[in-house]
Amino acid sequence: MVKPPLSQEEFLDTYGPTLHYAPPGGFSSVEDYDALVDTHCCFCGQQCGIKLKVKDNAIVGFEPRYDFPFNKGKLCPKGIKRYLQGSHPDRLLHPMRRTEHGYQQITWDEALTETVSKIQEIQAKYGRDSFAMLSGVSLTNEKSYLVGKFARLALQTANLDYNGRLCMVSAGAGNKKAYGIDRASNHWEDITDAKVIFIIGTNIAECFPITTDYIWRARDRGAKIIYADPRMVPMARTADLYLPLRCGSDSALLMSMLHVIIRDGLTDEAFIEAHTTGFGDVRAAVADATPEWAAEITGVPAAKIEQAARWYGEAETGMILHARGLEHQVKGVENVMSCANLALATGKIGKPGCGHSTITGQGNGQGGREHGHKCDQLPGNRDITNPEHRKYICEVWGVTDEELPGKGITAQEILNEIHEGKIKGLLSICFNPLVSLPDANFNREALNKLEHYAVIDFFLSETAQHADIVLPGSLQEEDEGTTTSGEGRVIKINAPVTPPGEARRDWEILLDIAGRLGRGKYFQFNNTQEIFNELRLASRGGTADYSGITWEKIVDTQGIFWPCPQTTDEGKTTMHIENLDDRHPGTPRLYEGGKFYHPDGKAHFNAVSWRESAEVVDDEYPIWFTTGRVVSQYLSGSQTRRIGPLVDQFPHPKLELHPRMAKQLKVQTDDWVTIQTRRGEVIIQANVVNTIRPDTVFMAYHWGGKESANLLTQRALDPISKIPEYKVSACRVRLATPEEQTEGERTQFLSSRTEKNLPAGYNLAERRKELRR
Amino acid sequence: MSDFRFFVDPIRCIGCKACMQACSECDTHKGKSMIHLEYIERGASTQTAPMVCMHCDLPTCAAVCPADAIKRTEDGVVQSSQAPRCIGCSNCVNACPFGVPRYYPEIDQMLKCDMCYDRTSVGKKPMCASVCPSEALFYGTLEEFQSRRGGKPQNSFQFGAQTITTKVFLVLPDGEMGLDMDVISHMDARFEPNAFDHLDPFAHLEPLPMEQGQTLRGRL
Ligand code: SF4
Ligand code: SF4
Ligand code: SF4
Repeated sequence: MVKPPLSQEEFLDTYGPTLHYAPPGGFSSVEDYDALVDTHCCFCGQQCGIKLKVKDNAIVGFEPRYDFPFNKGKLCPKGIKRYLQGSHPDRLLHPMRRTEHGYQQITWDEALTETVSKIQEIQAKYGRDSFAMLSGVSLTNEKSYLVGKFARLALQTANLDYNGRLCMVSAGAGNKKAYGIDRASNHWEDITDAKVIFIIGTNIAECFPITTDYIWRARDRGAKIIYADPRMVPMARTADLYLPLRCGSDSALLMSMLHVIIRDGLTDEAFIEAHTTGFGDVRAAVADATPEWAAEITGVPAAKIEQAARWYGEAETGMILHARGLEHQVKGVENVMSCANLALATGKIGKPGCGHSTITGQGNGQGGREHGHKCDQLPGNRDITNPEHRKYICEVWGVTDEELPGKGITAQEILNEIHEGKIKGLLSICFNPLVSLPDANFNREALNKLEHYAVIDFFLSETAQHADIVLPGSLQEEDEGTTTSGEGRVIKINAPVTPPGEARRDWEILLDIAGRLGRGKYFQFNNTQEIFNELRLASRGGTADYSGITWEKIVDTQGIFWPCPQTTDEGKTTMHIENLDDRHPGTPRLYEGGKFYHPDGKAHFNAVSWRESAEVVDDEYPIWFTTGRVVSQYLSGSQTRRIGPLVDQFPHPKLELHPRMAKQLKVQTDDWVTIQTRRGEVIIQANVVNTIRPDTVFMAYHWGGKESANLLTQRALDPISKIPEYKVSACRVRLATPEEQTEGERTQFLSSRTEKNLPAGYNLAERRKELRR
Repeated sequence: MSDFRFFVDPIRCIGCKACMQACSECDTHKGKSMIHLEYIERGASTQTAPMVCMHCDLPTCAAVCPADAIKRTEDGVVQSSQAPRCIGCSNCVNACPFGVPRYYPEIDQMLKCDMCYDRTSVGKKPMCASVCPSEALFYGTLEEFQSRRGGKPQNSFQFGAQTITTKVFLVLPDGEMGLDMDVISHMDARFEPNAFDHLDPFAHLEPLPMEQGQTLRGRL
């Protein structure tokens, strides 16, 4: 494996990111379209309903979709401009092989033959597990399920993992330990009935924008909003109580809140007695967690911690919402369990207006983690190490236990093993680890050590630029299927258009590879609905039970909340899809009547004790460094950094710092600064804002190359969820030298190119100015 | 027309610019946004305020237009300039008390928000108010508005001696809204010069000008 074959400029000119601005035919075609197709946004976990305008097999615009109950027409800027992905000039249209002089167009037959022979060669030489697969949760449920089956039965490798590993796994693991199931506890409508909403470690306005309306409707009905975050993010501005906790100190704050709740007798003893186990241990664990103790650690005044605890404890109904802020840590699972302890101790769960939910970052982050492309999981949220679970899936798939690989290693561990030379080959689909995994320099070295790397994607992402074979896959609007939104609602994605050029639907590519590997008998699907039906069967009886859901029923009801099991006895025993019934109405609110999903039917308290993050500030690296999102960009930016109007809103990452730190560093807004950690350094411009703690700096992570926040973050992992510690690192910051500034300016110059043919009278400069102000 | 009204509630605005992106999708103004986002100084605040045309009952822009290019429809919508009439003089741009109309040199014409007349005149909702994720922009009846949420809608504005009533309502908060945006003022007051040491890497460089219970506001 060699370095990428083209210079940065050559890559940029040929594969982008190119900033695309107008629909095919320009804006005059906006009212001229053949069809309006109901579907959903391809980005965040809210999965807003949207109508796409279609003309001549191209998406030319959108219309609000008022009938979808979650967003009722609302969209964020990403959803509005998502249609610019179709007909994008950077779209990969042909299979390609990397040569010394760049990428060479080849036929599908050549591409697949080469990939398959490399898989066979590597596995014959180094063993089956030396070929790994990485997958993404922008994929539909059908594709996620297929990838899980494909890796285990076609590649026959244990080493399969997915990019949800970088997202919600801590929440998933924490929820399973507390409640026995991994899903948001309720549908979002419950938020509006809450009397207190405790939000911690999530920038809702920018990452989950539609949810702001739910929270503000609750506020208008008298709810108190408590917001804990090191930054005063747009929603925290109007909170009744704002707790500016220090990065990594979440569990101290949460323990202390529980301490106050117990001290002041605000627990729901009857609920604890009837529906939970383990409260004694938790009570003991927080005995010393006084607000004064927590104030020392968090920097939040003790009185505010008391106030937060009392508001939450005293309210009749209450909701806890969190996201990556407290999950992206080596203590992620502990933090989630601390939140669950609060909800359980006060009995605020399983009732209207009550709940504890994680905010799902990725489009199909919820569904994608249920059907088996996690290294430790089989469909239906089954455990790959549990003999009973394995037995059932073996039966559905028609294989023996020996033929089903065991538990593999997680995403970051796969990259670590590639770096060590243990894993030699990789197939990835819709995953951009070079931007999204921590310690980017290390991961780049790893990718360059692979003997073979094949990629299925629709744009040539930073990671795909390291591939030997590139297989052009499909956009969301080019394939049918289902996804599961952050609320747990299974919805239907429609396909208004077909893939352009020689690009193909992802599942067809996987089926083809499986066939060529001689494993075609396990992959007899004619369409994605057949895959969904097998998924129903495979999920039946698991915690994420989809067996009672049909595509038709989803369309009729605007989405069904899982679990949605079989109701008839025949349905419970059959191995025939025709016998699965669809009578169950679904489960919008979990845990009603205090029923939890552990075998004992109870919720489990989990004692957590305070410990520090993997890396803390010291004399050498004295500043806390944390990362997050901006509203106009999505994840590793592979998709959104190509959409002109979205890039114009936020063209480059900036380093946010408080005026007090800025004064001491002699830095002003737009000055170039150099941020250094033990892993690497980044040169970007500063943004001086008093909406961040004075000991902390923030940078959004959507950019690649030298603008990547993940050059700075570390590979330390949560011991249970194996999620990396993105949100807490130690860094130092200084004004950039003139040479560094020149380099920074060049990096910005090379980060994208504007589309050559803008519509007449478009006046790009003026529009950019407007959007950037 | 109908009793549909347009409400603007800046307290809810999260600055996401979905409104601007959606407005620019309209066929009538081809890629340009007719809605503006006003910023408080970003360094000091994350507060933003969306600004659509207020659709005044007696529009000043129309009153000062020498070419009679700005029409107000019977249902109270103040239209963009009529292309054949507009002479690009920018009188309207200067006269509007809300700062709404804009002159576009590339077409030598004034364009402004026309409340998506192509949509609202046929019973649809305006684009920006459809998409606004936080309902900082809302289009519906007063009853719908009140059943969903709080806030006091107001449509009478005083500019010096001039009183202007508008079709668009500005929503004022029910109670007092105190927005203290400096994070330091929310932190533990015990973090006086020395107490800040373990949190603050620069404390040794310069003692913190912070006293018990006080904030740094205005001292930087
Ligand atoms: S990115 Fe999320 S909030 Fe924005 S339109 Fe898409 S699904 Fe809705
Ligand atoms: S869409 Fe709504 S929340 Fe977003 S900037 Fe516009 S008015 Fe504000
Ligand atoms: S009402 Fe229509 S024209 Fe006016 S700002 Fe909103 S989207 Fe633009």
